[in-house]
This record gives sequence, structure tokens and C-alpha cells, in this order.
Amino acid sequence: MNEVLQYTIQGLAAGSFYALSALGLAIIFGVLGVVNFAHGACYMLGAVVAAVLLDTVGLGFWPALLVVPLIMFAFGVLIERTLVRWLLALDPLYNFLLTFGLTLLLVDLVKRRYGVSGLPYERPDVLRGQIELGALRLPTYQVFVFVFSLLVCVLVWMLMTRTRIGMIVRASTERSDLAQALGINVGRWVTPVFGFGIALAGLAGVLAAPFRAITADMGSNFIIILFAVVVIGGLGSILGAVVAGFLVGLVEAFGQAYAPTFAQILIFVLMAVVVLVRPAGLFGREETAR
Amino acid sequence: MSNLTTDADTAHFDLPSDRGEGHGRSPLRWLLLAAGLAVAVALPWFVYPPIAMDILCWALFAIALDILLGYCGLLSFGHAAFWGGSAYATGLVAVHYGVPFPLAVLAGMLFAMTIAVPIGYLSVRATGIYFAMVTLAFAQMIYFIANQWRDVTGGENGLQAVPKTFFGIEAVETEAFYFYYAALPMILLGMWAAWRIVHSPFGRVLVAIRDNSPRARALGYDVERYKVIAFVLSAGLAGLAGGLFAISHGFVSLQEVNWTTSGKVVLMTVLGGIGTLWGGAVGAGFIVQLEDYMASSGFEGIGIVTGSVFVIVVLLFRRGIWGTVAHLVSSRSTRSAGRRG
Repeated sequence: MNEVLQYTIQGLAAGSFYALSALGLAIIFGVLGVVNFAHGACYMLGAVVAAVLLDTVGLGFWPALLVVPLIMFAFGVLIERTLVRWLLALDPLYNFLLTFGLTLLLVDLVKRRYGVSGLPYERPDVLRGQIELGALRLPTYQVFVFVFSLLVCVLVWMLMTRTRIGMIVRASTERSDLAQALGINVGRWVTPVFGFGIALAGLAGVLAAPFRAITADMGSNFIIILFAVVVIGGLGSILGAVVAGFLVGLVEAFGQAYAPTFAQILIFVLMAVVVLVRPAGLFGREETAR
Repeated sequence: MSNLTTDADTAHFDLPSDRGEGHGRSPLRWLLLAAGLAVAVALPWFVYPPIAMDILCWALFAIALDILLGYCGLLSFGHAAFWGGSAYATGLVAVHYGVPFPLAVLAGMLFAMTIAVPIGYLSVRATGIYFAMVTLAFAQMIYFIANQWRDVTGGENGLQAVPKTFFGIEAVETEAFYFYYAALPMILLGMWAAWRIVHSPFGRVLVAIRDNSPRARALGYDVERYKVIAFVLSAGLAGLAGGLFAISHGFVSLQEVNWTTSGKVVLMTVLGGIGTLWGGAVGAGFIVQLEDYMASSGFEGIGIVTGSVFVIVVLLFRRGIWGTVAHLVSSRSTRSAGRRG
């Protein structure tokens, strides 16, 4: 029992990184129609920036949770303004290719600057050790990551459902053409939404920094799992991205525990089943899978 | 959707379907064919022979990808599965059975087509950007399998000492220069097959599906089936290229099934020009040479250059090299035709 709980929390912690990043990916896709290949690289940058800030100016983990996403937001705005914007009117495959090129560029730039070995990042003292709940012992950091990510997801959800901005973004996500027809200036939200999505990937990176090895390649495998996540959840669906993110994290954790050889293959099998049974994803609408 | 833009300059993946046909420029076509053959034959005199062989393999790979990308409008971001899958299968057959290399490559090609059937069947259920993501994910699954199945593939050490067995002809088996000429016919056959595929009635149906799949469906074509067949054929040609690549290097590494390989071939195709078929060969020549130059000059971080090339091509140069030249030629000929009329 304890074992199962342990894998569950481990899976939910790993799933947190997927859920946060997939949420960003889904929002960007919804409003811009862009599948951001560079999302994994942005996750990596989030972790690298956190590590570099800690090393150079001594910025700790807690302020980094706020500062790094802001930096990544600015980075996202820059990318959207200078590159992505010019291809929005074209076939979405072009932006997919553009952000793929950007990924190669960013990964090798980081590799050249900081080498291939991991950057160190100390876990803050409060988050070390384990939480004891009666007979249960859970690693504090994993519990924190899950709770924090869930909180962010809920906050984003509230932002989406309870505020006017959220309603506009949601309308643009789900029925872009209809929202436009109703007089909503969808174009105005394009840049901040892109920045916001990138900031979420950056936030996932900061959370991963004390937990995973910080290398230039940490986003390379991540992005492909992330694609599997959004295919499973349904590309246009915000809820689907979050649920599928945690689900994939759990599949990964239990897979690693009980069938380590097949752990990573399992995710793609799950994806294959979803594609076979519900091509639009678990939470997607059929028409979004054009 | 975005396909509604018809401005020639914002041309997307919907390219003219009758490129190279019905233009009444057949002397020019024969000239191009002769020039292409001459380049293929003369290449190892000007380029270090192993590099020349690399160019040949990547050229066929890029052409195979263009069958899907240019003629079906499907961006496969997982073609490394077939290139690399065939590389492993070819290498294993060559190592364990010691058959002449063309037979081993044929086995690899068959293997690539076999795994392409289920992957294609599942992937064509998704279209557009979804298709790219799903193929990418499936290719990564192949990568993980190759990585895990150490007893067979050698895992991270790769599959080593793949022989170039060729009927006991020592020159071919040991010298890259002669090996090039032994392999060239297979590559040319593959390229001819690609040309036949896109210019056959089957290829016309693919273009029809690409341009308007509801209409093609309404006309009674089984859209998914056509896509799967195109996918398997493209995978077969990619497998032919990958198998020869494995034999040529005498070594198969995990790199061949990695997603960076899928990305690299997409770059070559896009750089050469989507939907131009031969453009892929030009793109391959350019990228292989560029990487070789950078590697020999000791520049680390090839991704910085290839990534920039990608960004620049996609932003400013979407027709690609071949596409730009073809556009210039055809716009000149239409202009003169207009004057005549």
C-alpha cells in the first residue's frame, strides 16, 4: 500500500511538469494555432535560468518561482513578435518547423555556454526530507511540486473561467472564428498568450530544477512525451492537457516501478490506443483534429 | 482556415500539382536528367567518397519524405524510425548472415515497410499538425525499443562491424570509392521509383487528396488507404537509404533512430523545396557538406547553424532552393508565353 502511494506521488510530481507545460502548449495552440516545438527547450531554459540566477546573483528557489516565469514571458513575447508572428497566416506546419529550428538553436547555444554536464541546483532546506503522516512517509519535494502545480493549474482554470480575459481567451481557443465574429479582437491576445504559455513551461522548468539533472538536453525527450500528452488529452482542450499530463506522469512512474524496460514505451502505447479509439483525444472535440 | 490565403508569396504546402508535366519543356527535362546523372556519377571525384555516399543516402531519404510532405501534404516527423529501423535490420542481416549487401539492404527495406504499416495505419487517422506529432511519438517509441533491446541492437554502443560483403569483390568491400559505384544503382532505382510513384495515376490521387480530401473521398477514393500506401512506400525508400547508410558506415548508432534524424531530413526537404522531389537531393547535398565542413573545422554546436538555417528558410525562403529556381524559370516562360498569346 505504502509502495503504491509512493509511486503515485512520484508519478503526480513527474506529471506536474507535463501538466504545466502541456497547459501552456494547449493555450498557445488554442489561440494561435501553433504547436510550439520549442516548448521543451523553454522548459529547459526555465531550469537553466533558475540555476544561473542562483549561481550568479544568489536568487533562491522561492523568488525564482516568480522571476523565472517573468523572464520566460518576456522571452516568449520576443519570440512571438520577431518570429512566430510572421507565419501565423500560413499553414501551421511552418510554425512547427520554425520552432523546431529554434529548438536546435537554443539547445546547442546552451550546450556551448554551459557544457553537457548538469548544472547543480540545491533543494531548499524546507523541501528536503520526508513528510510523515502516521505510517506514511512521503518525500517532501514531490508532494510540494504536486500541490504547487495543482494550485497553479486551478489558478489558471479560475483565470480562464472567472475573468473576462479568461473568457476571451477561452472563446478564442475553442471557437476562434466565432469569437472574432462576435467582435472580440483575438489578435490582441496573441502575444500575451504566447508569452504566458512559455512562462508556464519556464515555471515547470524551475520546479524541475532541484529534482532533475539540468542539462541542455533535458527538454529533448520531454517535448516528445509532451506531444504524446496533448495527443492523449486532445490538442484543443485545456482540461485534457492537465489531466493527461498527470495521467502520463502516473503511467511513467508505475511503469518504471513494475516494468522498467517498457516504462517509456507504455506512454506511446497509451497514445496509440487513444489515437485508435478517439483520434481527437480524450477531451478533444472531433473537429479540432483536422 | 489558413489555406484560404492564395497569395503566391505566402504559398503553403499546397503546391502546383503538375510540376514538370505538361509544360512542354521536355528537352529541358532530359537535360536536367543528364546533368543529375552526371553529378551522381562524378560526385566521388570531387567529394571525399564516404561523404559522397552520405549525400546519396540522405538525398534518397529526403526524396522519400517529399512523397509524403509534398504530394500528400503530410509532414512526417518520424521518418527516422524507417531509416534507422532499416539500418538496424540491414546491419543485423549483414552481420549474422554475411549476405551480399544489396540483399541485406533489401531485407532492411522490407522491415521498414513492415513497421510502417501499423504506424501509418494509426498516424493517418490524424491530419495536419497532429500527424507530425503522432509520427514523432511513434518514432520515439522505436528509439526506446532500439535503446532497450541491447542484446540485439547493442544499445548505446550501437551495432558494430557491419560488413560490406559484395560477391568477394575486394575493391568494393574495402574502398569507399568503389563501394559508391556498387551502391549507386540502388539509390538511382529508389529515386526512379519515387519519380514513378508521384507521376503515376496513384500519385495524382495523392495530390487530389492533399488539395481537397473531402472531394477525393466523395469521388470514391479511400483516402486513408491511399495515405497508408503512400506512407509505406515512402518508408520503404527511406529504409533503402538507411540500409545503405548503415552498410556504408559499417556501423549503426542510436542516432539513426533519434528524432534529430527525422528533423534533419525534414530540413533537407524544406531547404530543397517542398513538393519538388529533386529539391530534397539538393538540400541533402547542402546540409551534408555543411555538417562535414563544420565537423572538420572543429565547430561544436552544429545545431546553432542548422537551427538558424531552418528558421531562415521557413521565414524567408519557403519555396526552397529547387522551388525558387523552378519558379523563376516557369514565371519567365509564362511571361514569354503571355507575350506570344
